[in-house]
Formats: sequence, C-alpha cells, structure tokens
Amino acid sequence: MNEKKDIIVVNELTKKFGNFTAVDHISFEVRQGEIFGFLGANGAGKTTAMKILCGLSLPTSGGGTVNGYDLSRDQEKIKRNIGYMSQKFSLYSDLKVWENIRLFGGIYRLSGKSIKEKSDAMLRYLNMTDLKDELVGDLPLGWKQKLAFSIAMIHNPSIVFLDEPTGGVDPETRRLFWDLIYEAAESGTTIFVTTHYMDEAEYCDRVSIMVDGVIADLDAPAALKQRYQAADMDTVFRQLAYQAKRE
Amino acid sequence: MKEFFSFIKKEFQHIFRDKRTILIVLVMPIVQIILFGFAVSTEVHNARVDIVGDSQDPAVRQIAERIEQNPYLHVTAVYESASAVSERFRKGKADVAVCFERNFDERLRHYGKASVRLLGDGSDPNTAQVIVNYVNGVLSEVQADLNNSGGTRQATFPHVQYMYNPAMLSSYNFVPGVMGLILMLVCSMMTAISIVREKESGTMELLLVSPMRPVGVIISKAIPYLVLSLVNLATILLLSRFVLGVPLRGNLLLLLGISVLFILASLGVGLLISVISATQKTALLISGMGLTMPTMIFSGIIFPCESMPVILQYVSDIIPAKWYVIMVKKVMIEGVGVTYIYGEFLILLAMTIFLLAISVRLFKRRL
Repeated sequence: MNEKKDIIVVNELTKKFGNFTAVDHISFEVRQGEIFGFLGANGAGKTTAMKILCGLSLPTSGGGTVNGYDLSRDQEKIKRNIGYMSQKFSLYSDLKVWENIRLFGGIYRLSGKSIKEKSDAMLRYLNMTDLKDELVGDLPLGWKQKLAFSIAMIHNPSIVFLDEPTGGVDPETRRLFWDLIYEAAESGTTIFVTTHYMDEAEYCDRVSIMVDGVIADLDAPAALKQRYQAADMDTVFRQLAYQAKRE
Repeated sequence: MKEFFSFIKKEFQHIFRDKRTILIVLVMPIVQIILFGFAVSTEVHNARVDIVGDSQDPAVRQIAERIEQNPYLHVTAVYESASAVSERFRKGKADVAVCFERNFDERLRHYGKASVRLLGDGSDPNTAQVIVNYVNGVLSEVQADLNNSGGTRQATFPHVQYMYNPAMLSSYNFVPGVMGLILMLVCSMMTAISIVREKESGTMELLLVSPMRPVGVIISKAIPYLVLSLVNLATILLLSRFVLGVPLRGNLLLLLGISVLFILASLGVGLLISVISATQKTALLISGMGLTMPTMIFSGIIFPCESMPVILQYVSDIIPAKWYVIMVKKVMIEGVGVTYIYGEFLILLAMTIFLLAISVRLFKRRL
C-alpha cells in the first residue's frame, strides 16, 4: 500500500470564521485506494475540513490538492471527480429507484446509454433488480444506504467522501455496508469516511483524530492502540478527545 | 445541458407525484377564481328599497316603478314619514330609503326642481355605497328621461357612467387581483418550499457537491414553476373570459410579457424565503403570512390603496403584485398599449432584477 501515490494532500489547511479558527493548520496525506477514517468530536472541525476537501468551501490559508486539483482554484474539477454520501442517505424518496439513478447519472453528465448500463449493473450487484420501480422512500434503511453509496460512485470517482454514512443503522446492516466499502476500496477507489462508531474506525486503514481544529494524531488503528496502550479505538478516541478545551 | 434536463425532469416528478402540490398548483387557481368571481362579490342583489313620500304622487310612483324594475333593487315599503326609516334599518327590513320631498310632482312640474334624499344604512358601508350607487343610477335615468321629454326641467342629479365596466362587475376587479395572488403564491411559495425541502432532506448537500453550479440548481428549480405558472395564467384567463365574462381588451402578448416579468419577481421572492428559512414549515409560514396577506391587502385587490393612510400607501409601493395588478387592469380591462404602462413596467422590472440579484447572492453565500 505504501508505494501508492497520495491522492489527497493537505498542507497547513486553515479555515477561520471571524475570530474562530475552525480548522487550524492541518496537514495530512491520503493514499490511493486507502480507507481513511476522519474522526473527531462534534465541533472539532471535521465537517469544515471535509467541506473544503469537497470543493464546497474555500480555505482561509494553506491548501492542498484532491486528485491533483487545487482546493482553492479547481473546485469545479474536484466536484467532478469525487463522490459524496451523507448520513441522511440523501436520495429523493419520492422518486423510484431507477429514477434516482438516472437523475444522478444525468447530473454527472453520463450519456443515456452508459446510465442504462450502469444502472443495470448496479441493480444486479445490489440484488435490487426487482425493486427498481419502488419508490426509494419505501425501501428499508439498509437498502437505501447501499443504493446511496452506489449512486455516489456512479461516475467512477477516484475518491468517495462518506459523512457518517451509517448513522442510525443497526450493527448488522452496518457490517454489510462496510462490505461494500471494502469492495470499492479494493477496486482502487479511495474512501474518506467520518464516523462516530469506533468499531468502524477499526475497519479503516488509517485514522486521524481531530481535536480543537488540529489533528491530534494520525496512524493505523493498531499503531494508535499500541501508542495509547488502549484495548480498542474507543479508548484511544476518549483519551484524545478529552483534551479538548473548546466546546 | 444534460444535467439541467435531468434535474428539470426530476422537479416535475416531485410536483406530479405529490397530490398536495398538484392540488395547490393546478386546482387552487380554478377554485380561487370561481370563489372570487361568484362568492366574493361586491354586487348586491335584491337590495331592499323603502320609498318615503306621498304614495299618491305621480312622479314618486313613477320613480318607484323604475326602481322596482331594476334587477338589483326592489321596493319593500312605501310610507310617509322619514322618522320611520331608522327603525326599519335597525330591524334590518330595508337597506336604503329614498325620501321625496312633499308635493314632489307638483314642484317638479312648476319649478322644474324637486329634491330627493337617499338614506343608506351606514353600518355596512360597502353595501350601502353600492346600493346607493344603484339607486342613483336609476334616478339619473329618470332625470335623463325628464330632460328629453321637456326642455325646462333642470338636472338635479349628476349622471354617472362607469367606463370600461358599465355594470360595475366586481369580477373586473378581482380577476387581475387573483392573477397576481395566484402567480405570487405558486411561484414564491412552491419554489421556496421545494428548495427548503431539499435542505431538510439533505439532498441539497448532494447537489452542491455535484458539478451542478448553484445558479444551475436555481434555474432548474425555477423552470418547472415558470411553466406551471403559465398554465395557471392560461386557466385563469380562459375561466375569466368564458365563465366570468371578463373581457381581454388589450394585447395578449403584452399581458403575457408582464406576467412573465411578475413570475420572475415572484421566483426571486421565493428564493429569498428559501434562503432565510430552515424548515418547510417556516417557509410556508413566511409565504403565507408574510406574503399572501400583504399581497391581498396592499395590492388593491380588495381595498383601494388610494384610501389608505399615506404611510401604508408607501408600504403598498414595495409590493410587486400591486404594480402587476395595475398593469393587468390597464391591459385587460382598459385595453391600453405598452405606452400607458411603461412606468409600472419599469418599476416591476427594477424590483425583479433587485430581488433576483440579492437572492441569488444570498443563496450562494449560505452554502
């Protein structure tokens, strides 16, 4: 894994809102095909940092690149090359399964033919071919989530950002969801994931833990556990997050 | 362009799949125009007229007959003493009393001059005014006949004639008003709600990280409602022409042009509401209370702006619907051309540009 190139490079990235420094000179790299866990308590600045990486917000100072595109200058190109899925399983619940697929295929400017091929392949892969005429709102949560993840990857992005993708889901469904993530990572897609579940942090190749706008530590879960002499990631996270001074 | 078409298609699917939306968007205009056209009408039918005077007097009897013949009026009682009028009003037995002076016929023939007093029931000023107007109309006709038949008799009553709307039908006033109201409601409220719904459900995030530009999102949100508004406009015009009998005297294209401008202004307002509200409920409340009410009150649909205090008249000036309704009245009812409305047109144009510019800016900044 180590010889693979860095797909996200962040250097002294800072975001200020008035006097408040939400993200304070953070630097890190994410390698291609890696599952990178981006942890932090609420208000630690991880959402702000993620917004900048997705091209939604501009850094105050510092910068970096995503898939080789500059965070400050190439926001449009970044958006074209990333996938995004949030905890709200944001698909349109009043549209049918295939209509959602077609919509996002269209938004990412895929041709009609390739949308057709992709949606067939996707539905087969997810075992949802029979459900293609169902409204997304009528699907069980786990199915919605898998569908949302697949749709986030419809344009073959090199990186997928997952913002707490498994919030509010039972452990079994979460495990199945992580199977999808592993398969995507194996096929070379980089996964950038935030989560509140520390058992999920164990699934990541490397995790960074943000506290008060800075990265308190960053390493493979095993290395972190050893460093803090903790049995699991939960303990590691608590030790670091309790250093937080700001609310 | 591909992403636009996909998005617009999806927007139409949202509208047609939600029964409530389709109800608001396509059925409400029809209901409103029919309600306003028939139920909410300032015309008074079967107004009760008391004749106070000598029932044997030939001129009085002649006038009473004329009043009786009027489809809107009928004579309920004839008595001599004017002091009984207030009792009749209080008991709700009469709406207006026509009091003739003593020896009316004789005075009329000998001096060419006789006076009539109209007493209206002011406890319901609107109705009283309307009925008094009707009676006045009858009296003017009598006057005109008198003038034609003999040369010496002088005019005692002014002769009033209402141009463009001789029958004083209230639908002439309501149709332009309802057009303003419905277009405002559909465009502003529905646009605001559909944007806020995406904010609430989290799909907005998804759109923002997609390569679609924010302006693109706004435009593709607006187009379906623009189309629906034009459908509404056509429905209203057809209904008002063929059901309510309101004429379309001016140029249809001109009417269409000012309507599109007003629709754009409404979309700007809707966008503004979507920026400041976080939930659909807020958006609904703001557009309902903050938009519909002032539009109804200040756009001259129900109450004439001219009779408001000066401060409120200034307030009414910032309501886009007011200018639209003025223009529609001029084009539809008076049938004037573009030269007569360019002042209002420029005001509405400036408002539209201002609203769109500020809301697009705010929308982009709030991301």
